[in-house]
Amino acid sequence: MIPHLLSTRDLSRESAISLLDTAEDMAILGHRDNKKLPALRGKTIVNLFYEDSTRTRISFEVAQKRLSADVINFSAKGSSVSKGESFKDTILTLRELGVDGVVIRHPSSGAPQLLAERDWIDVPVVNAGDGTHEHPTQALLDAFTLRKNIHGADSRGRGLDGAHVIIVGDILHSRVARSNVWLLEHLGARVTVVAPVTLIPAGASRWPITISHDLDSALSQPVDAVMMLRVQSERMRDAYFPNAHEYSQGWGLTEERFAALSPQTLVMHPGPMNRGLEICSTAADSAQSVILQQVANGVFVRMSVLYSILTGTSEVPHE
Amino acid sequence: MTANTVMQSADVARAITRIAHEILESNRGSDNLVLLGIPTRGVTLADRIAAAIHAIDGADVPRGSLDVTMYRDDLQSNPLREPSPTAVPVDIDQATVVLVDDVLYSGRTVRAALDALTDFGRPDVVRLAVLIDRGHRELPIRADYVGKNLPSSPGERINVCLVETDGVDAVEIDRGDDA
Repeated sequence: MIPHLLSTRDLSRESAISLLDTAEDMAILGHRDNKKLPALRGKTIVNLFYEDSTRTRISFEVAQKRLSADVINFSAKGSSVSKGESFKDTILTLRELGVDGVVIRHPSSGAPQLLAERDWIDVPVVNAGDGTHEHPTQALLDAFTLRKNIHGADSRGRGLDGAHVIIVGDILHSRVARSNVWLLEHLGARVTVVAPVTLIPAGASRWPITISHDLDSALSQPVDAVMMLRVQSERMRDAYFPNAHEYSQGWGLTEERFAALSPQTLVMHPGPMNRGLEICSTAADSAQSVILQQVANGVFVRMSVLYSILTGTSEVPHE
Repeated sequence: MTANTVMQSADVARAITRIAHEILESNRGSDNLVLLGIPTRGVTLADRIAAAIHAIDGADVPRGSLDVTMYRDDLQSNPLREPSPTAVPVDIDQATVVLVDDVLYSGRTVRAALDALTDFGRPDVVRLAVLIDRGHRELPIRADYVGKNLPSSPGERINVCLVETDGVDAVEIDRGDDA
């Protein structure tokens, strides 16, 4: 069995905590002068990006280079995909070129799953975001950041039991929200999701969450972290809310809401931010914002994931 | 049970005290010394040796842990290994680093530790202290300080038990099923 990371939904609590613990070790080594580790020397990993990305792609690339892997960056733009090459033919080409692992981002939900299940290529697959489905490494880095801020140096081996996290915004299109909902549930945290009715997916009533449409009442409870999601205008083909001003007033972390927020509540955002829309600059740049920590931790978590699925004999599943 | 105890608690204590004396003798004191244990039991042994040095010399020798998992040459041929914490508390440039491990066997762990050490700095001298040397080296590596030489066959297991991790100080040799 080849280990893949396709979603957080099928990750056990034990494997999630083990991935976070390994990320702690990667973080320690990330502070040395020489940041490179030899663990993936001689392995070739392709970053297959069918969708634009800055931080995720660069974060994966940094993680791969820190582990001494050879990296091939493929983006659909500027490749034979624009000449009409099919997904399958692209994968078969990569197989013949001899890659040892694939990190894939794709606008279609389920593309990484397809890659893992078909016999086109027989290597570990990491989902770097597929459509509106999942973005597991983002959820892992969010959990790592939360755990580090809640438990500090005493984080190892622990979950997020009893923590209360509010996820606000475009849940309908958000793979980040989905991955976070499952992972936070596995780790024992309580999740409240806040969004306009139009941006809550139909199936959300079956998720292990509390759904609210009123951000002010959600914020009146004790909250460990508030995670603001990006308004994904590129995926919005219909009118989900009247206009940007109204969205900001109803569901944005505005100056007024931020002023009323407990100084202990962490402010999170997966990036890229629409400043002034879902989050005001005062909140984004405040001392309780961990948005830049999330970026730094992304590298450690991705190192942990790549190390865990690309080393070890494949006969022994890593769970 | 086919396990024989080859070192009792008092034997382990005497070996650690002797290693501490030998380190101080060859280093002519405790200046510049840094003890780095290889997880898990090497770290405990490094703590014990540091305590013994303190009892002899009064000096507090810096000590830490050096995980070598990422540097192993068998990552692809074994089940996934979870790394252990690394903590190198001081700058090791120009220091005399004593690597500490429980059992010296093939020498591959020490080879990995030397690579890991290079990524932290350039010590003047690197020495190796082990509680047990069981032979069967696969690389040209030897220990400078040895608690006990224990000739063994590759089919046997050497179990080092320490109070901190196992509740008791002892070294056992387990002959396995083919004894």
